Amino acid sequence: MVENTPHLHKTYHRNKTVTVMFLCALVFAGLMGRLVYLMVFQSEYYTMKAKELHERERSIKAARGRIIDINGKILADNKTVCTISVIHSQITDQEEVIAVLCKELGLSEEYVRKRVEKYSSIEKIKSNVDKSIGDAIRAYDLDGVKVDEDYKRYYPYDSLGSKVLGFTGGDNQGIIGLEVIYEEYLQGEAGTILTVTDAKGVEVAEAGEERVEPIAGKDLYISMDMNIQSYATQLALQTMETKEADSVSILVMNPQNGEILAMVNVPEFNLNSPYTLPDTVDSDALGEDELQDLLNRMWRNGCINDTYEPGSTFKIVTAAAGLESGSVTTTDTFSCPGYIMVEDRRIRCHKVGGHGAEDFVQATMNSCNPVFITVGTRIGAERFYSYFQQFGLLDKTGIDLPGEAGTIMHNVENIGPVELATISFGQSFQITPIQLAVTASSIINGGRRVTPHFGVRVADSDGSNSQTFSYPVRENVVSGETSETMRYILEQVVAEGGGKNGAVEGYRIGGKTATSQTLPRGSGKYIASFLGFAPADDPQILAIAIINNPQGTYYGGQIAAPVVRQLFENILPYLEEMNYNNT
Amino acid sequence: MAQRNSSRRGQSNSENFMDYSLLFIVLFLLGFGLIMVYSTSSYEANLDFADSAYYLKKQLFATILGLIAMMVVANIPYHFWERFAVIGYIVSVVLILLIIPFGHESHGAKRWLYIGPLSLQPAEVAKLAMILFLASMVCTMGKQIRSRKGFWTVLLVPMPIALMLWRITQNMSSAIIVVGIAALMLFVSCPDYKRFILLGLAGIAGAALVVFVIVQSAASQVDIEDMNFRGARILAWLDPEAYASGKGFQTIQALYAIGSGGVLGKGLGASMQKLGFLPEAQNDMIFSIICEELGLFGGFAVIIMFLMLIWRFMVIANNAPDLFGALLVVGVLGHIAIQVILNVAVVTNTIPNTGISLPFISYGGSSVMFLLIEIGLVLSVARGIRLKDL
Repeated sequence: MVENTPHLHKTYHRNKTVTVMFLCALVFAGLMGRLVYLMVFQSEYYTMKAKELHERERSIKAARGRIIDINGKILADNKTVCTISVIHSQITDQEEVIAVLCKELGLSEEYVRKRVEKYSSIEKIKSNVDKSIGDAIRAYDLDGVKVDEDYKRYYPYDSLGSKVLGFTGGDNQGIIGLEVIYEEYLQGEAGTILTVTDAKGVEVAEAGEERVEPIAGKDLYISMDMNIQSYATQLALQTMETKEADSVSILVMNPQNGEILAMVNVPEFNLNSPYTLPDTVDSDALGEDELQDLLNRMWRNGCINDTYEPGSTFKIVTAAAGLESGSVTTTDTFSCPGYIMVEDRRIRCHKVGGHGAEDFVQATMNSCNPVFITVGTRIGAERFYSYFQQFGLLDKTGIDLPGEAGTIMHNVENIGPVELATISFGQSFQITPIQLAVTASSIINGGRRVTPHFGVRVADSDGSNSQTFSYPVRENVVSGETSETMRYILEQVVAEGGGKNGAVEGYRIGGKTATSQTLPRGSGKYIASFLGFAPADDPQILAIAIINNPQGTYYGGQIAAPVVRQLFENILPYLEEMNYNNT
Repeated sequence: MAQRNSSRRGQSNSENFMDYSLLFIVLFLLGFGLIMVYSTSSYEANLDFADSAYYLKKQLFATILGLIAMMVVANIPYHFWERFAVIGYIVSVVLILLIIPFGHESHGAKRWLYIGPLSLQPAEVAKLAMILFLASMVCTMGKQIRSRKGFWTVLLVPMPIALMLWRITQNMSSAIIVVGIAALMLFVSCPDYKRFILLGLAGIAGAALVVFVIVQSAASQVDIEDMNFRGARILAWLDPEAYASGKGFQTIQALYAIGSGGVLGKGLGASMQKLGFLPEAQNDMIFSIICEELGLFGGFAVIIMFLMLIWRFMVIANNAPDLFGALLVVGVLGHIAIQVILNVAVVTNTIPNTGISLPFISYGGSSVMFLLIEIGLVLSVARGIRLKDL
């Protein structure tokens, strides 16, 4: 280089420029290293984080499992309904969208316009729209209008077995009844749709979507027989009307295995609109708490949620305890003068003149209080209490329905002679109807305390992967001998005693009536009931009818026994035909 | 070199040298920049202006204007500009001061002057003026620069401009670039290394001290909101995810973009982060979208293109007919190198976040125009190289 200019351009300038260049290259290399770290070694982490940021998750409801009766009739099903929404940014013809939605959904233009014109990622217009309407809207093929299908619980028989089946809430979750207890089987697993959106939440169409399909819930097969349930419901309604009763409950179960075939508590309610109170109630005038209170009362299942004094039907238990403890035999004779003195109290028999001389079988047929008080006294308070325990009366039955009420009973140390006397004929303590049914079952079926239940098995919707439930059975609650004696005595009650209105021609029926005054005493309110079973020598079916506060005649033998008789007249031939019990 | 020179000789009958390699690299970067500006901005432009090419059109217009200015400057002998050195310095001071009454605010900082429909960043003018002024000054000083006095004079000259840029326009990155350009030009002008090594070490120690003090005060301070603007930036740099909703937001989003790109990228146009997650991705953060779409290879390619550009600058500087020309080229080299390094370092969270654009690629009209004028100057210096000297 010839240095021929006044501004000297020296060699060190060049060296330094080269140095600068290499310094830059060095720093660039460092930055490239940083890029390698971020884009190779940290790539997985940042990709995951970015994906989380970009994806929006929409859940897809799983179809809830159906509830199916013993004959395969569907009691709870799913109906496809649609949710109509609009996405503002995707709408091309706003006026047409508004016009179509108004017309098809029957909504006011003002309402629809407000939502269509709103700037939001997605705006719901209406949910629970019939599938036919949803399909019609979809057929218009409007940009920015979304029709999403969804499942809604649907009960084909409206109010049939309402308090047993229960219903579901907005998220398809069980609220009461079997829907709650079998939630884990019925609910299934929700699926998800992962969509990719921009920062404002608008879906990026090209990115497509990732779907995780929902897993449908399992179908629940229950022991309820829709035919028996609906006939029992008719009977109960008819009885409630003619007797002007507050409510009527009918319970039909298999005493051998605890399967419940029908459980009726009228008035029932419509499962498809469970929040609608009966027409007689002016719901507008009520506060929120009162409204909820009324709804809860409407939903109550009297057979398991409420306790009552069983009255004379409980003499089955007293008799069994007496026989089992040896305190009494069928041939023991008694004399009923129409009353009995317990300490300083005079407890009257329902027959004012007294039953006179009678043996224990006759006393049961007569439902003679003084005899049963005598038997109870012979058993003694502590022993009687221990029979309560042995029979399982102090425990819950373990039925697969929510909210079973426990027994309300004296403490053993508080049972004096008077209490013992009243317990003997079924008063001064309270049990649920299901408790009575189960206890009576164990006494007549040879001493096996079964667990009452509806749930038989669950299976996938195509019937595969069936899973059958098993329920505990406690053996030797009473001896076989006592059980046999009890079946004999109770058959006599129906054949010739107080339960003769429960007799069905051509069938051997056992049973016991009851008429109990409700608390407080002297209110003039009664509960008439009858417990019957057939065949008397080998019980396959047991039914209880309970009539709450009937007007006019209130004797169980007069009004409750005929209900069970009518029921048996219809269902016994049917059951023989169905051949259930040969299994 | 011999081979290249002979080929040049064969191609050109002209006595002077036109650096087509440099021109090609610049045009490549500009073209690539336009593609990436369109890719990053089209989605949001479509939402905001119903025109997906909104930013592309504006950038294309500025690029064409810049290319015309570049050709004009390239054809003017660079010594013509020497007489404007002092005026340039004064003009940049005045323009920065004009920001105070007339400045146009955008994104929380007053940095723009509007002249009719055109906007101008005085910072861009100041960088160009500083290169010209220092080149001229160093040549005038001659051997004086080797003295301690001369050394400090050159170092202090850019300080008023740098301080004004920092305090008045809230633009610390431009201030750093101005000081950096001066330091590099001084480095090339002086024969010794010792002072620069000391200066560099002092700079690193100073930066480390600032970071240490801020971290310590943050640890004792309960209320982070109270921390001043830049203090919070440094904390966000150290742990961006802890400040993800505030100062660390942009950094985190950029890291998501870069990291999710992986080795091969998602493909041109397939960035997710540009869909509003990384706001205004076409500006300072464009490199992260390049990485997301084109992957590690795309990122490397861009850095390598800049390295080639710097190499061309070095070749021209070292063959410049005189020191003034060489220093002009070194100044431009410093400007572009510092800006690329700072931008990539910020985007990859290697240094605390500071707003700085990627030369030729980021969206920004006045930046690309002034860069092209600087390239014009370099081309002019290159034309001064007589082929017989090579």
